[in-house]
Amino acid sequence: MSISKLTTEVRKVNPATSIIDIHGEINAQAESTLMDAYTQASVAGVRSIILNFSGLEYMNSSGIGLLVTLLIRIKRQNQRLMAFGLSDHYEQIFELTRLNEAIGIYSTEAEAVSKA
Amino acid sequence: MTIPDPDKEEARTRDSNWAAPVSRLTVTNLPVGGINLNVEGRHLSSPIRGFGQLWQKTYSIRLDGASVSPEEVIRVWKADFPKFWPKGYRFFGSASGIAPGDVAVLNLAGPGGVTGPGGAPLISTGVMVIYTDEESFSFLTPEGHMFAGMITFSASEEEPGVTVAQIQALVRANDPIYETSFRLGFGHKAENDFWLRTLESLADHFGVKSKALVNMVCVDKKMQWSEAKNVWQNAAIRTTMYYVAAPIRWARGALSR
Repeated sequence: MSISKLTTEVRKVNPATSIIDIHGEINAQAESTLMDAYTQASVAGVRSIILNFSGLEYMNSSGIGLLVTLLIRIKRQNQRLMAFGLSDHYEQIFELTRLNEAIGIYSTEAEAVSKA
Repeated sequence: MTIPDPDKEEARTRDSNWAAPVSRLTVTNLPVGGINLNVEGRHLSSPIRGFGQLWQKTYSIRLDGASVSPEEVIRVWKADFPKFWPKGYRFFGSASGIAPGDVAVLNLAGPGGVTGPGGAPLISTGVMVIYTDEESFSFLTPEGHMFAGMITFSASEEEPGVTVAQIQALVRANDPIYETSFRLGFGHKAENDFWLRTLESLADHFGVKSKALVNMVCVDKKMQWSEAKNVWQNAAIRTTMYYVAAPIRWARGALSR
């Protein structure tokens, strides 16, 4: 049995915006860690969830699947999903899987927060 | 002399598990017998596109009694992927197996293995291999395919000594016509039968006679009406039109000679 190699930290940067800092790997084993982080981030009044990928070490295709299900969950709550800190490689993966059409991607935290 | 950094080397190797983005699909070296109607020049789709409800379907089979590692299961599955498909469904991929960036043509029978005259496929479509590693590989579908989505094939050791092979589809029906077939039930039945039989055939290769299981979860009940236009690229309709127009193409060819 594989164990999750993902850890997260949740920060509320203003009343309407939470950031989830990603550290490690996003794969099938990361589901409960990522969804728990979202539950923690999605407190009353939060309209935007921002994923900070600066600490992402690796993501496989199951990880992309997890992001899709997270996106659906967020949209169901009428919230927006945004991201920053993606490496060039993972920006390409988002383009390949068309996640970039549904998740706002920004270069820096300040830029993402300003657009939230 | 520069000493290679092992961490950077590993990162580079793992990055190469992914295919590079493509603007449109290109089919190269189509094997003899393959009919490529709805792949060349198409864009890739994805689970966030498509029209219908989003389903996560997980098919699995335990390889009880087979002394085989997850890596060996995936190695065999990648090398002989078409071999495990049910009769009437054909996968025309690279001769060397499954690799990131490969585009494969699919010639598919209808529900129950029904084919057209002379065994002609009812649907000609394709997939692109977007990811492979030692324990998994994934496909994305193109526009016009029955599904907009991603299918991941994997194997893992669920408990000591027992490998489980799994197929996970995260998919929406691509257009209202396909969605209707899923709402009426026969679309889901055809897809489920197809992947369950594929897994049972894979297990049989390893000497295991077992029943595969399916678990279906509707992740998003909403339909995406902005994607209803996808019906213009419906591969089933376009494949049918290709056969209907065959006499006209033949007559034009004869007149121009």
